Amino acid sequence: MSPALNESRTALRTFTNGWSIDHASIPVLDPEAFAQAIVDAVAEGRRVVALFGAEARQQDATALYVVLADDDENLLAAARTEITGNSFASLTPRCPQVHLFEREIAEQYGLVPEGHPWLKPVRHHASWTGRDAWGREAGEPNLPGGELIAPGGGGFYRLEGEEVHEVAVGPVHAGIIEPGHFRFQCQGELVHHLEIALGYQHRGVERAMLGGPHAKGIHYAETVAGDTTIAHATSYCQVLESLSRCQKTARSQALRGISLELERLANHVGDLGALAGDVGFLPTASFCGRIRGDVLNMTARLCGSRFGRGMIRPGGVGFDVDTARIDTLLREIDAFDKDAHAAINLLWSTPSVMARFEGTGTLPRQAALDLGIVGPAARASGLERDVRQDQPCGVFRFAHIPASTVESGDVFGRAYMRWLEIHQSMRFIREQLRAMPAGARQTPVGALAPDSFVAALNEGWRGEVCHVAITDEAGRFSRYKIVDASFRNWSGLAYALRGQQISDFPLCNKSFNLSYCGFDL
Amino acid sequence: MIDALMSIAVLLIMPPLLLGVITKTKAWFGGRVGPPVLQPYHDIVKLLRKSMVISRTTTWVFPLGPVATLAAVALAGLLMPLGPFPAPIRFTGDLILFAYLFGLARFFTTAAALDTGSAFEGMGAAREVTFACLTEPTLFFALLVLARMSGSLSLTGMLHGPEQGFSPLVAAPLILVAIGLFVVLLAENCRIPVDDPTTHLELTMIHEVMVLDHSGPLFGVILYSAALKLFILGALLLHLVSPFHTGTAWADWPLFAAQMLGLAVVVGVVESVRARLPMPHVPYLLLAAMLSCGFGLLLLVR
Repeated sequence: MSPALNESRTALRTFTNGWSIDHASIPVLDPEAFAQAIVDAVAEGRRVVALFGAEARQQDATALYVVLADDDENLLAAARTEITGNSFASLTPRCPQVHLFEREIAEQYGLVPEGHPWLKPVRHHASWTGRDAWGREAGEPNLPGGELIAPGGGGFYRLEGEEVHEVAVGPVHAGIIEPGHFRFQCQGELVHHLEIALGYQHRGVERAMLGGPHAKGIHYAETVAGDTTIAHATSYCQVLESLSRCQKTARSQALRGISLELERLANHVGDLGALAGDVGFLPTASFCGRIRGDVLNMTARLCGSRFGRGMIRPGGVGFDVDTARIDTLLREIDAFDKDAHAAINLLWSTPSVMARFEGTGTLPRQAALDLGIVGPAARASGLERDVRQDQPCGVFRFAHIPASTVESGDVFGRAYMRWLEIHQSMRFIREQLRAMPAGARQTPVGALAPDSFVAALNEGWRGEVCHVAITDEAGRFSRYKIVDASFRNWSGLAYALRGQQISDFPLCNKSFNLSYCGFDL
Repeated sequence: MIDALMSIAVLLIMPPLLLGVITKTKAWFGGRVGPPVLQPYHDIVKLLRKSMVISRTTTWVFPLGPVATLAAVALAGLLMPLGPFPAPIRFTGDLILFAYLFGLARFFTTAAALDTGSAFEGMGAAREVTFACLTEPTLFFALLVLARMSGSLSLTGMLHGPEQGFSPLVAAPLILVAIGLFVVLLAENCRIPVDDPTTHLELTMIHEVMVLDHSGPLFGVILYSAALKLFILGALLLHLVSPFHTGTAWADWPLFAAQMLGLAVVVGVVESVRARLPMPHVPYLLLAAMLSCGFGLLLLVR
């Protein structure tokens, strides 16, 4: 190892997923060293999990924090810097995966990342500091050009030319889905560029967590993205538990694992059905819709809510299982196994379906790496990253789920990836149900440790879910950062669409199936 | 006279039933109960009773589109002999009028779509006319084969054939033409594998995206015209694949109806067992259909 690399590694504070560290132990680097540390780490094969701003202890400064993941060493690393003034040098040209994080910092703290190639607001809310990166007056909803700050404003990347036309889709869609605006630059049926504008569902979750933990915190976490209830609630609870040194029982951790995998099963099966529906292949579409309902009912059997609301609670789980319920769940898993094989194998054996899936919406491995794609979308492009394997916490430290990968990076890859994960999740759920450890379902959570820092990562069905919390001297949240997998992956969808047929957009979109509210927070 | 009135009545009343049967077949394949077969009638009646929302950017072309389309398609229907019964209107050369009435209907539909100024509708209109460039020659080749075989230039004469029936020697061209016409039936009626009539995804639609802005009675008219078109092209195809009849009117009408419903089931099965083609591959299918009909003509004139 060269001395320079060695230096950058020691410049960071390493820690483990879900373990709180002393806030003071995070090294404060000067802005250049901070940027260099990130670039070096990424060059070494680490990746940026979160990059966010926070209020600095000293006046007139804004702190920037970075959380990096070293997947080979199963370690996280953190560093911080303090920015005085209104701008900092953008890292995006050297490290594209931070592009949205920097836009987010610009929007939330009014710091301009100098040299950012596409500096636009992310969620279109007013700055938290009263200082605006675009020079807008406080409370005034206009950009300098007179454009509205409303979502979808701020100008779009445009192609010029006789044959170029622009197609705008959304925010109101034909189906019952969330709002988002898609702007295509097309030449005939060919898409040259897609820009995605979100922010319509910004609710201010991160701000609402401040000063916490509040009684409502767990409900906010559960509704960050409704279909990722378990993953977000688990991350939130891990933050509280690690900050209060709470020892969970093995039983509660197993139950958390089971509900997380049930959430994955339901969504993956639903997605495969929706993909079949998008290419007009009815048998799988209808059957998967039904089977998804069966899995949701299994989650309801655990906690009374089909989407897992109320299952994950600080200190453990909200509901225990008895033997009879375990037997029923095992039987239901067997039935699901049979039905899913019948419905989904039909997809792979139907040439007309494969003709639509294969070679459509390809996201090359290098692009996925550069953009920092996570979850099944990354694994479908040949990147072996899975929090359950790389940064295991909870039950996944004891029961390993091997990460599967597909090399193709196309719609087929993302679809087949889901099928592989369905197998792994079924196996995991069966193992855990058969060997359910004894113990209480919940242990009390005490007061949070003051001046601490914690990052809790979980592999939601869509990919990495990351919650980072910093506590103040009274043990209250002074910053709470949430990164949903969608925040990373929307760029991947936009990239995958380049050079594709515009008629294939819905199919590509479904193959990523990203969350709007998880992005908008 | 009674047959002509009966033809008109069947032509006007039966088409939505075909849509209902297709939907029911697809539901059966999907393991669902599906809506009742009479649902399309209820839908159309419901739409006719609703009020309309008309965009401020549109002109008189917009409401004219569906109405002119319905008129053109209905007139084409009057030229089409149903089963063994002669068409209500028939004259030498009516096949040209028949083919171009569909062209006229398409013109008005696309004009109304372009009139909205929406990017979606323009895209749909472009797709519709591109694919029509390929289905229209197919239809003409098919009609040419039939005209050549029967020696008649009127649809009734062509499709009913000579008194003694076609000789077995023309079976090969007939099969080729039937294949071509079946593809035309699927393409013209925006069925899978060319289009997906049930999708809600604007970017993948061909026909449906052109009528996104129509609502209420105008949309009801569009649905009805679409059903009518399916019925007419189905009746055309039926002459080739199932020219059976008993010779007595009271038995032939139920037989005709049963055959039409059978055809609807076949369309439903095709839609259920395969996925849509990628849009760039649709022209290949249409070209294949055109070549099929072209070869039919070649076999006949060689």
